[in-house]
Amino acid sequence: MTIENYSQNTQADWTYDPAPQSVEHVNIHDSYELFIDGKFTASKSESYRDSINPATEKTLTKVAEAGVEDVDLAVDAARHAYEGPWSQMTASERGKFLFRIARMIQERSRELAIVESLDGGKPIRESRDVDIPLAAAHFFYYAGWADKLDYAFPGRQAQSVGVAAQIIPWNFPLLMAAWKIAPALATGNTLVLKPAETTPLTAMILADIIREADLPPGVVNIVTGDGDLGKQLVRHPGIDKIAFTGSTTVGKDIMRALAGKDKRFTLELGGKAANIIFADAAIDQAIEGIVNSIFFNQGHVCCAGSRLFVEESVAKEVTQKLRERMETLIVGDPLDKNTDIGAINSIDQLKRIQSYVEIGQQEGGELYQSSCILPDTGYWHAPTLFSNVSQSHRIVQEEIFGPVLAIQTFRTVDEVIEKANNTPYGLSGGVWTDKGAKIFKVTRNIRAGVIWANTFNKFDPSSPFGGYKESGMGREGGVEGLLPYLNLTTNTR
Amino acid sequence: MNDRINVRKTHKMFINGKFARSESERTFGWTTSDTKDSTNICRASRKDFRDSVLAAKNAFSGWSSRTAYNRAQIIYRCAEILEGRSAQLVEELRTQGLDSEDAQLEVRQTIDLLVYYAGWADKYQQLFSSVNPVSAPYFNFTALEATGVVAIIAPRESGLLGIVSAIAPTLVGGNTCVTLMSEENPLCTSSLSETLHTSDVPAGVVNLLTGFRSELIDQFSTHMEVNALIYFGEDKDEITQIETNAAENVKRVSICTRQDWEYESSLSPYAILRTQETKTTWHPIGF
Repeated sequence: MTIENYSQNTQADWTYDPAPQSVEHVNIHDSYELFIDGKFTASKSESYRDSINPATEKTLTKVAEAGVEDVDLAVDAARHAYEGPWSQMTASERGKFLFRIARMIQERSRELAIVESLDGGKPIRESRDVDIPLAAAHFFYYAGWADKLDYAFPGRQAQSVGVAAQIIPWNFPLLMAAWKIAPALATGNTLVLKPAETTPLTAMILADIIREADLPPGVVNIVTGDGDLGKQLVRHPGIDKIAFTGSTTVGKDIMRALAGKDKRFTLELGGKAANIIFADAAIDQAIEGIVNSIFFNQGHVCCAGSRLFVEESVAKEVTQKLRERMETLIVGDPLDKNTDIGAINSIDQLKRIQSYVEIGQQEGGELYQSSCILPDTGYWHAPTLFSNVSQSHRIVQEEIFGPVLAIQTFRTVDEVIEKANNTPYGLSGGVWTDKGAKIFKVTRNIRAGVIWANTFNKFDPSSPFGGYKESGMGREGGVEGLLPYLNLTTNTR
Repeated sequence: MNDRINVRKTHKMFINGKFARSESERTFGWTTSDTKDSTNICRASRKDFRDSVLAAKNAFSGWSSRTAYNRAQIIYRCAEILEGRSAQLVEELRTQGLDSEDAQLEVRQTIDLLVYYAGWADKYQQLFSSVNPVSAPYFNFTALEATGVVAIIAPRESGLLGIVSAIAPTLVGGNTCVTLMSEENPLCTSSLSETLHTSDVPAGVVNLLTGFRSELIDQFSTHMEVNALIYFGEDKDEITQIETNAAENVKRVSICTRQDWEYESSLSPYAILRTQETKTTWHPIGF
């Protein structure tokens, strides 16, 4: 029975009452300064950028923009801290600081969740249940590694690299900060972090936590600004290691900028994951998996399952059920606890998604969007489905980073593996089937760093994450996540 | 004086399991250090390189899906065959200017290095993979997989140990490779090819080219089907060129120096890790 039939039968009103998250205990300051050498410091350029709530288009606050001099100060502070207190501290003491930060994130978790949703537009359900708890867990996980590094890589002694520059995106602001900061500190490095220009606020609260945790000044420095600031950081002679999460285009620019410089770097770049549904899958579970794979966080996910492959014999059923499920998705106020899909992060990103939807139609794709009513103000995009597309379509090849799914069909296992791998990306993939042997055949043959079988978009600090091919190099999470921040030297062979 | 006419050997390259001259039909004269005799060595063209990459790409899925036990046996077989050909290799190294003792040492070390890596084939995975204790009901594990097609630019100083120390860990890890042999010490290319050929290394898994580094370095680092590049040397300009080109398709670049090919210091499972990716797989636990 379809949802449509059901509502006709019962005449029931399925609309939810509003369930807004209260924001009364959140105090957003009028402005935020740079966090350098343990102090909140005004930018030398004295310029500020407004931080906008994408759900209301209202200005939340203004955030300092770092310039050349500020970058120098931040890198100097990190260098002094590296050569001074941080390297003189025992590893177990270093670890205790990370445990402390993990606890303080937990203590301020609701505040962080609300600010994350206000600043970035993601549903409170996700920032509350996914982003913030995972950020705390990440610090907790790596805290314990600090005094156990000699056990991580057999036959090698682990040594810190030095000062790291870390550049993170706007889709999981606090979580990405945690992914970067926690392993860097556990391994004894100091750092300069640059949050994305549209989502700096939770990083500034994290700065406040770090200050309150009494971490030695200069160990963590946070500078805010746009891509130009990122470029300065990458090219700064005082930086020993660069960690970047963002687009493949920028990742390649970074590689070129670092050519011949003998610097360490790790890149976590774009993706265009295949999510594969076999006829023998538990279809209703798979439908939930598809929804989670592409509509989680408005599709602003580098590992989103943006290419859906459905075995031909169940294609009709899956498409129909998916459409019905999409009808029930609640798009709207990120602070409403029932919201499934929040606001698009910025006007620029909204335009980018819209242009891809236009391209998809021009190229002959068949468009389906849920009939949800989008709010008048703010940046929104309805959950979108494209069928009748093929491998060569741009919406099948290029990363859209929005709630737009392209559906294709297949007949054989070999065919779908070939199609899944027909992309320069290799970050993630998904497979749905009840046959164990088939799971291993497919997960083994997809050239990607993270594969979810009968699930999707799951993350954990102990679970390494990162890409093959043009999706980047290096891993974050798990033992592998320590490697980017260590020089391994020989003690015994 | 012996009046029999000596049968000289034509030096060839090794592409897709075949002993090939350059499609360009170019050679360069290489002069022995003692007798000053000139030998013609194939001068690989860009097309030879592209053909080799294609061969390596086509061989990848078969080689990477072989069992570790099978790869171990094939690498060990290479050592067996090399042992039998020691005299020939020693002679070639001597022609290239090594004294007898050094030549014998290099051949012995090369054979032992192959035995060492043969033994890693079914063990490095156990050392570097993990079952991850995620805090939800999922079975989650991380395992290594081969990066893909690897381009190798051999050390100039060593024509045998230098290149085998790069090829062995690459192969053990399930990758296929295209190698630019030392321009200065190219004489072992044929013997090495014959060794690989008679050791059941499948066609295309290892391709050996001779030629000019300056002429081919751009091709090696720009080719979109090459997933990783191992470079031996310390030339700043070459390194910058390679690393700039590598951005094109996010190639994994390893810059290696003398200690990465010398016997004692190079033996390490971490050499295998240069051309490995880690894959993490999740599955729910339940009904």
